[in-house]
Amino acid sequence: MSNSSLENGTKHRHKTSNSLSLQQQRVRAAFWFLAPMIVMLFCVAAWPLLRTIYFSFTDTSLTSLYEGEWVWFKNYLSYRELSSGRVIWRGTLADPAWWNAVWNTVRFSFVSVSIEAVLGILVALVLNAEFKGRGLVRAAILIPWAIPTIVSAKMWGWMLNDQFGIINDALLKIGLIDHKIAWTASIDTAMISVLIVDVWKTTPFMALLCLAGLQMIPKDVYEAAKVDGVHPVKVFFKVTLPLVRPALMVAVIFRILDALRIFDLIYVLTPNSKATKTMSIISRENLFEFDKFAYGSAQSTLLFAIIAIFVAAYIWLGKVDLGGKDER
Amino acid sequence: MANIELKNLHKSYGAVHVIKGIDLEIKSGEFMVFVGPSGCGKSTLLRLISGLEAISDGELLFDGEVVNNVIPSKRGIAMVFQSYALYPHMTVYDNMAFGLKLAKTTKQEMKERVLNAARMLQIEDLLERLPKQLSGGQRQRVAIGRAIVRDPKVFLFDEPLSNLDAALRVATRLEIAKLHHDMQDTTMVYVTHDQVEAMTLADRICVLRDGIVEQVGTPSELYESPASIFVAGFIGSPKMNFLTGKFADEFNCDTLGIRPEHIEIVDEDNSDKLWTGKVIHAEDLGSDNYLYLEIGADEPLVVRQAGKLKIANGTKVNLRPQNANLHKFNQQGKPAL
Ligand SMILES: Nc1ncnc2c1ncn2[C@@H]1O[C@H](COP(=O)(O)OP(=O)(O)O)[C@@H](O)[C@H]1O
Ligand SMILES: [Mg+2]
Repeated sequence: MSNSSLENGTKHRHKTSNSLSLQQQRVRAAFWFLAPMIVMLFCVAAWPLLRTIYFSFTDTSLTSLYEGEWVWFKNYLSYRELSSGRVIWRGTLADPAWWNAVWNTVRFSFVSVSIEAVLGILVALVLNAEFKGRGLVRAAILIPWAIPTIVSAKMWGWMLNDQFGIINDALLKIGLIDHKIAWTASIDTAMISVLIVDVWKTTPFMALLCLAGLQMIPKDVYEAAKVDGVHPVKVFFKVTLPLVRPALMVAVIFRILDALRIFDLIYVLTPNSKATKTMSIISRENLFEFDKFAYGSAQSTLLFAIIAIFVAAYIWLGKVDLGGKDER
Repeated sequence: MANIELKNLHKSYGAVHVIKGIDLEIKSGEFMVFVGPSGCGKSTLLRLISGLEAISDGELLFDGEVVNNVIPSKRGIAMVFQSYALYPHMTVYDNMAFGLKLAKTTKQEMKERVLNAARMLQIEDLLERLPKQLSGGQRQRVAIGRAIVRDPKVFLFDEPLSNLDAALRVATRLEIAKLHHDMQDTTMVYVTHDQVEAMTLADRICVLRDGIVEQVGTPSELYESPASIFVAGFIGSPKMNFLTGKFADEFNCDTLGIRPEHIEIVDEDNSDKLWTGKVIHAEDLGSDNYLYLEIGADEPLVVRQAGKLKIANGTKVNLRPQNANLHKFNQQGKPAL
């Protein structure tokens, strides 16, 4: 009896006062804090993406942006049967130039990120050790990362120049090569040049992320290993590496995302070399130079899809913990 | 079996002189406790013995051989760290077996040793868990287990109980005492800032202060005949009362020390009565009462009374210190003759 009257009382209060529960208030506050960001992201990310995907299904050209007609998958893949019975495949997916670009991009990403990960860990291990002037070295090592890509690409372009580049000169003088090599122009060495510059530029970034991971590892664990007489190499592979793995995995994701869409370095260093044309490079060509706007849009859309698939697979395979749940 | 000798041991970090010449012999199979206030150099001294820190000057001998330049793993030691220092990504089993894998033990032998240690510490059920799935007390047992598995000649503990709550601390303390019984041949060196731990565990205690040894002795030696005011005040709970001025003059010394349990409350007409005081506060611990008395000294006099004797605040009582248990100190804080 007294119980039910109490319940009635609370119900009554809920109905009459129009106030929201604490949870609802929190949700509402969160919404208002997030709204500007969501609007912003929609304008600068979602809308261009959706437009690009839309264009890729039309025959829009750069000169008639608003008059394109819906053509379904023609830009991706289509075929026509000639009267002679021969079938002709058309579209990006039947374009050897596209597959060359895909291969270049994937090869570049895999090799550069692998090298950068290994070098990054090594540099991080050095920077994690205690020595005089460590702070200075830590700051100095970031310089390649801080220089704008265009600038460093131009700089390396001069250094790798076949006529008066310092690198040819140095290699000639110490006798490693017997004639000057056109590093950036030659089809055999263009990709190597790009890789060298990219590794030079991005290893500091990798090293810094790894260093952050290394510094999370408690020092006493190493002392325990020392007392136990575990060999340093074993300590590295069995203790250090597993413990920096989460940080390393995140760093590698960032780098893969970056590498798969590489554009500026190649655009400046080795323009027009078939050996280094990546997906971003040829979709830009089609979009703005060859007046195949819709075709380029289809390639951009594919690039987006490929990056999405890569990252999803990587996260799934590596069980990367982006939410930080695994933290102790 | 290992006999450890420290000869005029010094340690400096740059200009900071931390260990200032320590001479000490730790006998084989002995449980030696380093005790002292925080920052006095206990951990540093332990780390010098372990080899984790390099010795600046002096000699360290294990069984008569100088080991100054011997790496930690070659000293036959095992160490238990305050923060457990478990490998966070390894199971309890792997944590305990990791250091063994190198030491040419067969898989079967390794397993047996881990299981034996686990049984000893009652952590058999936890072998497949990760450290983060364990409570603090369980983690510390694993850390101790990892040390046992190595079957060391010397066992080093650096404040192993200080991250545990009070109940667990007592339980684990018991565990460590049992360990010492079971491993008669193993020399144990134990660092703590808690004098109760020192008193309950140690065969001998070494009291450190500012990087030098204040006194070395068995717990009862330190309790009964402290070699300085510092040791007298550090050992024993509640703390020893120190009286100066006219109270000390009566006994021909500079400072008179008397433990709370060595002061008796006597009747008004007792001819032996010495001091009169007013009760200003009483703490009832169930088995004991601590009375805080105003007798005209700088600080209230603490008296420990067994049993449930209730005395109201403001009551005047007469006191008599037990003559046999007086500690007289001179101006230098050393025992007065
Ligand atoms: N690596 C170090 N560098 C400089 N000073 C240190 C270092 N380790 C300890 N010290 C100093 O040595 C003194 C003793 O430290 P420690 O042995 O850890 O004390 P305790 O364990 O007795 O609390 C402290 O004053 C501390 O600041
Ligand atoms: Mg310490």
